[in-house]
Amino acid sequence: MLLIHCPYCDETLPEAEFTYAGQAHVVRPADPSGESDADWEAFLFLRDNAKGPHFERWRHLHGCGRFFNAVRDTVSDRFLTTYEAGLPRPDLSTLTEDQP
Amino acid sequence: MNAPVSALTPGPLVETDVVRVSLEAPRGRLSLRARGELAPFDVALGLTLPRKIGQRAAGDGIEALCLGPDEWMIHAPEAQVGALLSACATLYERHPHSLVDVSGRETTYVVDGPGALDLLSVGCPRDLDRILPGEGRRTVFDGVTVILWRDGETTARLDVWHSFAPYLSELLETGSRELAADAAAAR
Repeated sequence: MLLIHCPYCDETLPEAEFTYAGQAHVVRPADPSGESDADWEAFLFLRDNAKGPHFERWRHLHGCGRFFNAVRDTVSDRFLTTYEAGLPRPDLSTLTEDQP
Repeated sequence: MNAPVSALTPGPLVETDVVRVSLEAPRGRLSLRARGELAPFDVALGLTLPRKIGQRAAGDGIEALCLGPDEWMIHAPEAQVGALLSACATLYERHPHSLVDVSGRETTYVVDGPGALDLLSVGCPRDLDRILPGEGRRTVFDGVTVILWRDGETTARLDVWHSFAPYLSELLETGSRELAADAAAAR
């Protein structure tokens, strides 16, 4: 079982308390009707399929209930870091696998 | 399996050498969501709301557990619920919040005895030793969201939504008997 650090609870907890919630940092356009079909399609449907560090959302469902962002290496399945929703992407070069 | 709520009779559920499980009588429960300044709520509720997730506070028959950054569960005698609701309603204009009476939503199990933590570990994947006596958490028990109040070294309460209660009863009962059998075999 993965151990995931919840940035709101500030505890490292079993995966069973969390749910995956898709790719992070997908921003909804402010004016959807002004988007081209291709851009709107990309917003709705197109997601990264990263091999390596992946920015993704998780929710501490059976806990504080908060959504937060995480960087997980899709090869090793290790979490590189987790951070509160709304914060900018962390710099990947500063992350190591030793972080909680 | 899905017994109606009225089928949940408060009282002992199972009692073995190592652990005792019982169903508590109904009590008043309030769910509070509030952000920003909390001091006015402390005054209205008559206790200092804990600011850190997992911490508890008690005062005048009521107790509060911080579940999330802006969420608290408040237990109070049923007779006090109306007074608490109206005390906080006066704050609403200046401090918008949500205070909802959820007394009819949940049931509380009390787990007590030297095997209490072992029994909880049947369904809870957390390191239970890190929930100190006097704290509480919302967590998961075999797929069911529960609020765990750790009252003492070997005493805990589990709040669970009614619809999951018959399932949880069965699981706690089976777990208790297994623990008792283990203890008997070890003797």
